[in-house]
Amino acid sequence: MEIAIIDYKGGNVQSLLFALERLGVQATLTADHDVIRRADKVLFPGEGEAASAMRELRAQGLHELLPTLTQPFLGICLGMQLLGRHTQEGGGTELLGILPFDVVRFPATPEYKVPHMGWNNLQALRGPLFEGLSAEDYVYFVHSYYAPVGEYTIAEAAYPAPFSAAVQHENFYAVQFHTEKSGPVGTRILENFLKM
Amino acid sequence: MLTKRIIPCLDVKDGRTVKGVRFEGLRDAGDPVALAARYAREGADELVFLDITATNQKRATLVALVRDVARELDIPFTVGGGIGTVSDVEALLMNGADKVSINSAALARPELIDELAARFGSQCIVVAADARYHDADGWQIYTRAGTHNTGRDAVQWCREAAERGAGEILLTSMSNDGTKDGFALDITGAVSRAVTIPVVASGGAGSKQDFTNVFQQAHADAGLAASIFHFGEIGIRELKEHLRQDGIAVRL
Repeated sequence: MEIAIIDYKGGNVQSLLFALERLGVQATLTADHDVIRRADKVLFPGEGEAASAMRELRAQGLHELLPTLTQPFLGICLGMQLLGRHTQEGGGTELLGILPFDVVRFPATPEYKVPHMGWNNLQALRGPLFEGLSAEDYVYFVHSYYAPVGEYTIAEAAYPAPFSAAVQHENFYAVQFHTEKSGPVGTRILENFLKM
Repeated sequence: MLTKRIIPCLDVKDGRTVKGVRFEGLRDAGDPVALAARYAREGADELVFLDITATNQKRATLVALVRDVARELDIPFTVGGGIGTVSDVEALLMNGADKVSINSAALARPELIDELAARFGSQCIVVAADARYHDADGWQIYTRAGTHNTGRDAVQWCREAAERGAGEILLTSMSNDGTKDGFALDITGAVSRAVTIPVVASGGAGSKQDFTNVFQQAHADAGLAASIFHFGEIGIRELKEHLRQDGIAVRL
C-alpha cells in the first residue's frame, strides 16, 4: 500500500510518521503531484497558521491537485480546516473549498480557554472511520479555530457548543483532533482509515 | 466535554531520568522512554520532560531523546529546560515534540514569545513561569532554575506572555514545590482568571484532594506532579477515579 503524506511545510509530521511506523506502515512525505495521484491513501496533516499554509499549497500547485484526488484522503487538524471555504484566521483566508464550511475562532472566556487544548469525547459518530468507537472515547485536540456542525459532520465534540470534530465529503475525510496523539483511540481511527 | 489533564513531569539529564524513580516491574527506571510508555498506559494525559543537562551536547542529546520518545509515545508531550532560540525550538518540534516550554529565555527577551508563536503557532509554545511568594511583594517570577528573582509580578508576567502569543502557561509555585502541602491555589487562581489560555498548575501536589482543589478552586486546566507519581504514592488511574467522584471531568 502506497501512502502519501502531503509535504507543504505544515509543521510537525514526525509524530504522524512514527504513528504509521507503529502500525507497520511506510509512508512517503512528498509534494510530487504524480506520487500523490498514484498513492492508495493520502494523509494531509497540518499545524500552525492557515494563511501561510495556503501560500505554500498554492506555491506547489497543490491547491489545484488536492480537490481532484479520488483515493481515500484524511485531513488532520489544520489539514481539516484547509478543506473548507474560508477561515477567519490570518485576517480572512480563502481555503481549498472541498467542503462547504467556514472556519471561525472560538470566543475565549475565563471558563473556556483558547486554544481548546486537551482530551474531549466524540459524539454523534457515523461512518467507517469510527467503527468500534463510542461517545465514551476521548481524543486529543489543540486548536483555536473550528468548523461548525453541518450535513458534512461525521463526529462532534462540544466546547461548550458542538463543533465538527470530523467531516466527510465523498473520499475526503478529515478530523480536527490529532489521531497520532490520541492513544489507542487515535490508533484505531488511523487503522480504520487505512482499511478503506 | 473537555477533561482536566494529569501530567507527570520527568526530569532528564544526559538523556536519562533523574530523581530516583521507584517503580516495580520497570527494568530500567532511568530510561525515559520506558517510563513515558508506562505513564501513557496508566492514563497520563500528557507528559513533560524537563531537561537539566548542562553540557555542550545538551541540544543533540535532547533532540535524540525527543525522537526516541515520539517514536514510542502516542500521547502529547512537552519538552523544556534551558531552551533559548528559535532553532532549538524548531529542532525539537521537527523531531516530534508537541510543545516546547521556554522560561528564562522568555524573561530575558520577551519578544522571543512573539517570534516563536508567529513561526510555529501558539499551540506549541508553553511559557513556564516559576513564582515564589514574598510577604512584602507578593508572587514574584524567578529564572535560572529558581536562583534569580526578576522582580516581576507573576500575574502581570503571565498576562504579558499570553498577549505575546503563548499557547499555555506552566505555573510552578516554588513556595509549594516539594512540600506536598498542595498546589498554590491563590496564585494559580489569579493567573487562570488573568489569561484566556490554559494554565497548568505545578508544585506542591501531595494528595488526590490537592488535585480536586486546584481544579475546583483555582480553575487550573491541568495538574502536573513528579515525585508522587514516580514513587508510586498516587497511581494515575486512582487519582482520576477520585477526581471523577468529585464531579471533575477526566479521561478514564
